Amino acid sequence: MLHIVACIKQVPDTKIIKMNPKTNTMDRASAPAILNPYDSHAVEEAVRLRSRYGGTVSVLTMGPPPAVKAIKKCIEIGADEGYMITDRAFAGADTLATSYALTKALQKIAETRPIDLIICGKMTIDGDTGQVGPGIARRLDMPPLTSVNKVVELNREEGYAIVHRKLEDGYEVIRSTLPCLLSVEKEINDVPYSTMTNMLRAARYQPHIWSVNDLPDIDKTQLGLKGSPTIVSSVWAPEKPKGGTQLEGNPQEQVRQLIDILLERKELFQGVT
Amino acid sequence: MPEKFDAIVVGAGPAGIACAYELAKAGVSVLLLERGEYPGSKNVMGGVLYRKMMEEVIPDFHKEAPLERPIVEQRFMMMDKSSAVTFSYKGLEWAQEPFNNFTVLRAKFDQWFAGKAVEKGALLVNETVVLECIVENGKVVGVRTDRPDGELRADVVVLADGVNSLLAKSLGFHKEFRPDEVALATMEILKLDKKLIEDRFNLEEGQGCTIELFGDATKGILGTGFLYTNKDTLSIGVGSLLSGLIKHKIKPYELMEYVKKHPMIRPYIQGAEPQEYLAHLIPEGGYRSIPKVAGAGVLVVGDAAQLVNAIHREGSNMAMTSGRIAAETILAAKEREDFSEESLDLYRQRLMSSFVGQDMKKYKDSTHHFDKFPQYFEQYIPMMNKAMSQMLTVDGSSKWEKQKKIWRDIGTAKQKFKIARDIYRAWKVMK
Repeated sequence: MLHIVACIKQVPDTKIIKMNPKTNTMDRASAPAILNPYDSHAVEEAVRLRSRYGGTVSVLTMGPPPAVKAIKKCIEIGADEGYMITDRAFAGADTLATSYALTKALQKIAETRPIDLIICGKMTIDGDTGQVGPGIARRLDMPPLTSVNKVVELNREEGYAIVHRKLEDGYEVIRSTLPCLLSVEKEINDVPYSTMTNMLRAARYQPHIWSVNDLPDIDKTQLGLKGSPTIVSSVWAPEKPKGGTQLEGNPQEQVRQLIDILLERKELFQGVT
Repeated sequence: MPEKFDAIVVGAGPAGIACAYELAKAGVSVLLLERGEYPGSKNVMGGVLYRKMMEEVIPDFHKEAPLERPIVEQRFMMMDKSSAVTFSYKGLEWAQEPFNNFTVLRAKFDQWFAGKAVEKGALLVNETVVLECIVENGKVVGVRTDRPDGELRADVVVLADGVNSLLAKSLGFHKEFRPDEVALATMEILKLDKKLIEDRFNLEEGQGCTIELFGDATKGILGTGFLYTNKDTLSIGVGSLLSGLIKHKIKPYELMEYVKKHPMIRPYIQGAEPQEYLAHLIPEGGYRSIPKVAGAGVLVVGDAAQLVNAIHREGSNMAMTSGRIAAETILAAKEREDFSEESLDLYRQRLMSSFVGQDMKKYKDSTHHFDKFPQYFEQYIPMMNKAMSQMLTVDGSSKWEKQKKIWRDIGTAKQKFKIARDIYRAWKVMK
C-alpha cells in the first residue's frame, strides 16, 4: 500500500505578526499560530493521491507541544495519522538540524510502514528558506523535486513518479524514481472546506508524540541550536524607498495620470504584442 | 449515517461552554460547535466576569483562568458635557478571596474555558456554522451544518448561538427582535502601561476598577458607556438601544469617538494605543423579550434566550447559570429517557425560579421605561450636574440663596411635580 508522509510546520501567521522595532525579530506572541499555508496544500495533495491510488497519509512535524493543533488541522484535511517530535533538545534548530531530526523521525515511521513519497510545502512563511525538504531528501538519498505544481502519475509497482515543476516561463515534466520528495507550490490544488467526518475525527485524534529518546541512533550533537551552523549576525528591515512622485487629484484624475506615466515607459511593454 | 450525540451545543460562549462542561463532566457525549476560528474569537463583552456563577461551574477557577484584574472599585459617573457627578464604592474585601468579580478579555478567557470542557471530554469543532435544526415529527433531532456531510444527530440540541439567535427564530421561538429590544455596543481595547493604569485609577498593583458612564457618554441617548481596567490594557465602550441610535441618527462609532474625547474620560486614556475594535449586539429586551426556551429536543440558553440584566450590566453570569441548569435538565431527561417538551420544560421552571428569572422579572419594565421617558438621561443628569456645581462653587452667595436658586432652576411647580412623578416611576420599575 502506498504510504505518503507530509512534513508540516506550525508557524505564526505572518500576515498579522508585529515586528519588534528594536531587535527586528518577530514578536511571535503577537500572532496566532497556524498551519503553514504551503503545507496545507502538501497535505491536500497527499490526500488526493490517496484517493487516486489508495494507501495511507501520515503527517510529521517538529515543534513545541501546542503544534498538535497543526496536526489536527491536517487530520481535518484528511490525513490518517499524525506524528510529532517534541523535545527541548530540538529547540533553536536551523534548516540543517531540522532536516536531520525529521529524517530520524521519518526513518522511525518507515520501520512500521515503508514510505513511498514525502511531500513538503514549498517553504514556510516564517523562515522562507525552502531548505528543509531538499535537506531531508539528501539525507534519505532520494531525489528532491522542488516547485512541483502537478503530480501526473505515481506508479508504486514500477517505482516512478511523473510531476510538473514550475519554471519562470512554464513548467518541466520530470520522471523520477520512487521514493522521492516533492515540495509543492500553492497552485497545485485548492484545499476544500473539510467534511464533518474529518472535523470530528480531528477533534478526537491524538497524534503519536516522540521525544528525542524515542528516536534510535540519534546523534544529539546534530540537534537544536548546537547542531545549527547558521549564525544570524544581524537582521534589518529593508530601507523604505525614497523619492517617487505623488499624484494629486480625485481618483479618476489620479488613474489618468498614472496611465500616462506607465505608457511613457516603453520598456514595460517589451514582448507584448 | 450521521453521527449521533447525547447533546449538541451550538455556540461556544459562556452559556454553551458551561453547558458542555457540565454534560461532559457527567460522562454524556457532547459536541460543542463554534463558528469562529476558536472559542472567543467572535465573542464580545465589556469585560466583567462574576466570580460566583463561574465558581459554580469550575471551583477555584481564579487560580488558573486567564483573568485580568479583580475589581475592587466600581464607579458610576453621571456625565454632562464638561462635568460629572460620580458615585463609587471601593472595598478591599473584593481584593482577596473569594473576590467579587474580575475583568477578562473574552478572546483569551473563552478559549481557556472551552479547553476545560474539552478536558472533561466534550468534543469541540470550530469554524463550523449551524444552518438549521433538523426537525422530525415536531421534535428537534439534530443540526445541519455548512460542512460537507454536515448533518449531525442528538437527543437534545442546546441553542447557545447568541443574541439574535437565528436558530431559535427559525424554530418559531421568537420573532425578529425589535430595535428597542437590542442594544448595539462598540468597544476598543487600548494598550497602556500597567503602572500608568494603576496610577490613573488609584489602584494597588494588580487591582482593578470599573467605571460605568451615564448621560452625556451616550449624548443623552438611553444607553451606557464603560471604562474597565485590564492588566495592561483598558476596555472602553459605549452601547445604546438600536431604537435610540435610529431616532437620533447617530452611528455607534461616532458615540465611541465622542466618549473617547470627552473631557471626563480623556485623561484616563491619554496616550493609550488602540489595539482592537469590537462591536456586538446585546439583548436588552428584558423579561418580556425572553423567547420560548424549551421545546421537544431543544433548549435555548444565554444571550439567545435574551438573558441580560441591562441595569446591572450582568449577562455572562446569567449565561453560565442558564447553561448549567440546561445541562442538569438534560441529565435528568436522559435518566427518564424523555426529551419531550414537557420533560425539558423543567429547564424553564428552574431557570425562572433561579436568580436569573427573578432578576429578569424584577427589572422587566426598566429598559422600556427609560426608553419611553428619555428625560432621565436627557434632562435630569445635566440638572444634577448643575445643582452640584452651584452648591459647591464658593462665590460669596449664602448656602440658603444657593438652595433657593437650585430649587428655582428646576422649574415651575408643574415641572417639579413631573420630576417627583418620574422619580417615583423609576423607583417603581426598579423595586
